[in-house]
Amino acid sequence: MLKLKNLSKTFNPGTVNEKLVLDNVSLLVNEGDFVSVIGSNGAGKSTLLNAIAGSVDLDAGSIELNGREISQMPDVTRARFIGRVFQDPMMGTAPGMWIKENLSLAYRRTKRPTLRWALSSDDDEMYIEKLEKLGLGLEGRLKTKVGLLSGGQRQALTLLMATIQQPELLLLDEHTAALDPKTAKTVLELSADIIEKNNLTTLMVTHNMRNAIDYGNRLIMMHEGRIILDIEGEEKRRLSVAALMEMFERSSGEDFASDSALLGK
Amino acid sequence: MITAATIQSAIAQGLLWAVLTLGVYLTYRVLGFSDLGCEGSFPLGAAVSVVLMNGGVHPLLAAAAAMLCGAIAGAITGVLHTVFKIPDILAGILTMISLYSINIRIMSGKATVTIASDTLKSIVGGLFPQNTSSYIVSIVTGAIFCLIIVGVLYYYFGTEVGCSIRATGDNAKMARAVGVNTDMMIVLCLVISNSMIALAGNLIAQFDYGSALVNMGQGTIVIGLASIIIGEVLFVRDEMNFALKMFSVVAGAVIYRIVIACALTLPWLKATDLKLITAVTVAIALALPVVKQKMALRAKRRAALKEAGNAEA
Ligand SMILES: Nc1ncnc2c1ncn2[C@@H]1O[C@H](COP(=O)(O)OP(=O)(O)O)[C@@H](O)[C@H]1O
Ligand SMILES: [Mg+2]
Repeated sequence: MLKLKNLSKTFNPGTVNEKLVLDNVSLLVNEGDFVSVIGSNGAGKSTLLNAIAGSVDLDAGSIELNGREISQMPDVTRARFIGRVFQDPMMGTAPGMWIKENLSLAYRRTKRPTLRWALSSDDDEMYIEKLEKLGLGLEGRLKTKVGLLSGGQRQALTLLMATIQQPELLLLDEHTAALDPKTAKTVLELSADIIEKNNLTTLMVTHNMRNAIDYGNRLIMMHEGRIILDIEGEEKRRLSVAALMEMFERSSGEDFASDSALLGK
Repeated sequence: MITAATIQSAIAQGLLWAVLTLGVYLTYRVLGFSDLGCEGSFPLGAAVSVVLMNGGVHPLLAAAAAMLCGAIAGAITGVLHTVFKIPDILAGILTMISLYSINIRIMSGKATVTIASDTLKSIVGGLFPQNTSSYIVSIVTGAIFCLIIVGVLYYYFGTEVGCSIRATGDNAKMARAVGVNTDMMIVLCLVISNSMIALAGNLIAQFDYGSALVNMGQGTIVIGLASIIIGEVLFVRDEMNFALKMFSVVAGAVIYRIVIACALTLPWLKATDLKLITAVTVAIALALPVVKQKMALRAKRRAALKEAGNAEA
């Protein structure tokens, strides 16, 4: 269970560029919840995920994951139990290293690195089996450098790396936004499949309302650093894009047409 | 005139300087860190070991002490960069400048300390027949050191820790996202690299200069880079394993010395011109890929323009 309590963050405080990006955000995410997160550009979605992962320092608030307070933990420590996939497919993998080396780094994320030979073939079978499930033909290419893969393949690999050790929390930040529509769909379905099979507690930021409605059991909408909508279960399943837009206008007091960023494709 | 002795001497120098080149390779290529601190740890290794040897310490023990001091120097550069967020070049310069003062202290205020005791060179030389040339002794010693170092590094960079260092150099954001403590890996890599560079300083002092010189570090990073670039251009292929890449770099260091030795036989070239030539070579080698890319882009644009013109006609 993830408990966010009164998270606040202001960038560049005391300057002309001062910007309140998280405004007292509180949220309770239950074990196994798959939450899609939407909101206009600059609403604070990425900052929220970065704060949970530890790559942004909070001004105030507490983050409790499965009973322990993690808001003071360094990001690399949190990375042992929080899996992440970024928007940029280049971000999540090491291009100069083999597929196998990338996977082995991810697989050993919970432990300190030792002087054990990391390139042994002990785990090859397991890697091949996991790669097969991606259905992208990567299973025969353990010794291919990741830099030679396409954006979609790299993003799928990042997803596998983020989940190869069951994470306590999975954070996806517009992880299909940089892909072409067909690849985006493949990667999104893969994500949903992995999340469901492993019952992963997940926050998934998306700019696409349709996807936000179709995937996950819960939906939250952010606006100007606050959570302005939180819908789940049956109500979410019956949601339509039009209804969602109307809710946005009502909750934010802004005209939707002025916020094309939310429309998605 | 280029003689067999010129070439032998160049190979000997090349193999000894290759130890430094491998150290520079680790920071510059594996980690992507431009470490000017090496210009301080190189004379540091020489100063520490020469002073110890003159004080009666066994050469091997003196070499180990030199490596330890180099390791500390590397750790300081690393901490300046990771903990205090000082840019890599500046962090290295700070270490280098401090080491200048420290090295003079170690050498009791002198700019040169001549070796006046048993060295590795005399010990190794004793194992060979009486009339063996000193170049051969240096070549064999240099080759053995390079072999051992490449072997150890090949193993080390294939371990979990080694993979973590490589990942840090390749994509630090990814490394952090899979729980690699990138700061620690940067410090670790600088420690390894600088201890090797200090060892190189110790070897050069014994086998080449016969003394420790406070200024012997000047330009070492450029010499290292030049050797790396020569090795990469001539030998390195993308699909090579790490050991072969390191051997290529060793070969680069040797070829660099041979080229320099040959160049020096030209009557109009002065020994003091070497730094200029080396720097220009490195600058050209680093500029070449950028120039190539720009030319390719321009050619592409021209082709596109032409096509558009054809379509109009
Ligand atoms: N490191 C930073 N420094 C200053 N401002 C930032 C930084 N990161 C984000 N911001 C600003 O904070 C706001 C929220 O950003 P972000 O969380 O990325 O929004 P979203 O992901 O919802 O589009 C934006 O106005 C952005 O410009
Ligand atoms: Mg964002």
